[in-house]
Amino acid sequence: MRNVWNIVRKEINSYFRSPIAYIVLAVFAGIFGFFFYSILAMFVRQSMMAAQYMQMYGQSMHMNVNEMVIRPLLMNTAVVSLFMVPFITMRLFAEEKKTGTIELLMTSPLTDLQIITGKFIAALLLYACMLAITFLYLLLLFQYGNPDWKPMLSGYLGLLLLGGCFLAIGLMFSTMTGNQLIAVVLTFGFLLFLWVIDWAGEYATGTVAEVAKYLSLTGHIDNFSKGVIDLRDGVYYVSLIALALFMTARSVESVRWRA
Amino acid sequence: MIEVQGLTKRYGRTVAVEDLNFTVKKGEILGFLGPNGAGKTTTMRVITCFMPPTLGNVTVAGYDVMREPLEVKKRIGYLPETPPLYTDMRVREMLTFAGRIKGVPSFELKQRVEEVASRTAVTDVLNKIVGHLSKGYRQRVGLAAALIHNPEVLVLDEPTAGLDPKQIIETRKLIRSLSGEHTVILSTHILPEAANTCDRVMIINAGKLVAEDTPVNLTARLQGFETMHMLVEGPERDVRERLARIQGVNSVLPTPASNGRVEFAVQTDKGRDVRRDLARAVVESGWGLLELRPVGMSLEEIFLKLTTTDSAPEPEAIAEEV
Ligand SMILES: Nc1ncnc2c1ncn2[C@@H]1O[C@H](COP(=O)(O)OP(=O)(O)OP(=O)(O)O)[C@@H](O)[C@H]1O
Ligand SMILES: [Mg+2]
Repeated sequence: MRNVWNIVRKEINSYFRSPIAYIVLAVFAGIFGFFFYSILAMFVRQSMMAAQYMQMYGQSMHMNVNEMVIRPLLMNTAVVSLFMVPFITMRLFAEEKKTGTIELLMTSPLTDLQIITGKFIAALLLYACMLAITFLYLLLLFQYGNPDWKPMLSGYLGLLLLGGCFLAIGLMFSTMTGNQLIAVVLTFGFLLFLWVIDWAGEYATGTVAEVAKYLSLTGHIDNFSKGVIDLRDGVYYVSLIALALFMTARSVESVRWRA
Repeated sequence: MIEVQGLTKRYGRTVAVEDLNFTVKKGEILGFLGPNGAGKTTTMRVITCFMPPTLGNVTVAGYDVMREPLEVKKRIGYLPETPPLYTDMRVREMLTFAGRIKGVPSFELKQRVEEVASRTAVTDVLNKIVGHLSKGYRQRVGLAAALIHNPEVLVLDEPTAGLDPKQIIETRKLIRSLSGEHTVILSTHILPEAANTCDRVMIINAGKLVAEDTPVNLTARLQGFETMHMLVEGPERDVRERLARIQGVNSVLPTPASNGRVEFAVQTDKGRDVRRDLARAVVESGWGLLELRPVGMSLEEIFLKLTTTDSAPEPEAIAEEV
């Protein structure tokens, strides 16, 4: 445990020493700010229209902050993290392979699993910082309205699990190369593929469609953002994370053999 | 302390190390000599559990590198060819991190860092960023990191590469001071270094052991004959003829020196000490004997002789001679 913590601490320090962490967080905050403003502005306009509607027809239109602001925002966060995560994970192993520091880690009394877990947790913490930024924006909504916090919480849980999958997959690709750019491209390509794989459900039939739908990252995040915590979605994410970390371990092992 | 049996390592089709056998006793310093690509780094990487062997058994302090790598790693300090340092850390942070992952207890850590820093002469750069250090300082920080947990076994891959002459001497001294308590394997291309620092030298070429002995024995064993250097005051031709008549002398090669002196390189049969005869011959003839000393073959010459393919003796033949 102490070993894992040592790696986590080292990675976090390194994220914040090199400007990667600040840049990722700043870019993310900027983009999210734009989304927040746009969605809120649209909501305000619709609210005004709804008020007019009520005056004219004496009937109220259903306006829900959760449905109309928070949920789309969280979904957008998921999309933006798809772009951000490859940059968070790219250096984790690729850099160590390139500079040779992997030799220090691998000849120290640590197991591969401890190294991998440590790096994964560090990346997850940085990702959680990203989510924390979105939470700060959403707090504003509590200032001026009274959204329901339950679907919001489950939405965040979903995002955390989704991010975990992204990061685990990114970590896996980072072990396969000594070139950070290659790690980014492979990670991004693969994540995008998992994101849109349910399109196959549109034209395929039977099992293929079922499998494609199940594999897709998007289908499972929907439920969470609606406030529905389904065990099957949780199982999907957790097993995907476990699988990716397992593949990472295999890949690290092959690094040893080939070195 | 370290036992290597039948170690073979292949990278795909390339055979980097083939059937290597050796043991290193506790407290010994073993030097690894060999030309580029001989397989020194590969052997060290197997010993330090960085990579598994293709074939063969390697044990360190009784622990097998395949079965109990963690126990092995706890006992080894390793300085790879390129010092594995995080360039964005400060030196102190780097050493502290190395200490942590090597399992140095936190209450000792600060003191250990100071200790190894002063031993490797990096105290004055402790607060500098590793990436801003010169090559030699990085090498020393790498050595400090390898020493941080006071390991029983030290594996140093070209520890003096990139150091200035003063630091080379300091580092050799440091390594020598580690012997006895620590077991050291070091690789180098610098032959005098192996001769001065190591208790035993192994010469490997193309993945195979070519020769293994103490530096002194290695020199003696590989010479088919011995050479004497003489400086004589007297007529060149007479001296040469007189010396050539002595039993056991194979050839006398003169190099005229100034003011009536002549230098001779006298080659004699191996294992036959003719110094007394040489001296008597010169003195009895009334010439002046100014100098008489045996010239050993330098380790350099041995090295080249063993590792250049066309003149290399059969490895088996040498191995049997041991
Ligand atoms: N990762 C690798 N993949 C393929 N071949 C390799 C790899 N590492 C080393 N080799 C090959 O193995 C052989 C031994 O290399 P090694 O690095 O052990 O030599 P060395 O004795 O350390 O040489 P040097 O004095 O140059 O450091 C070389 O022929 C090298 O090309
Ligand atoms: Mg080498």
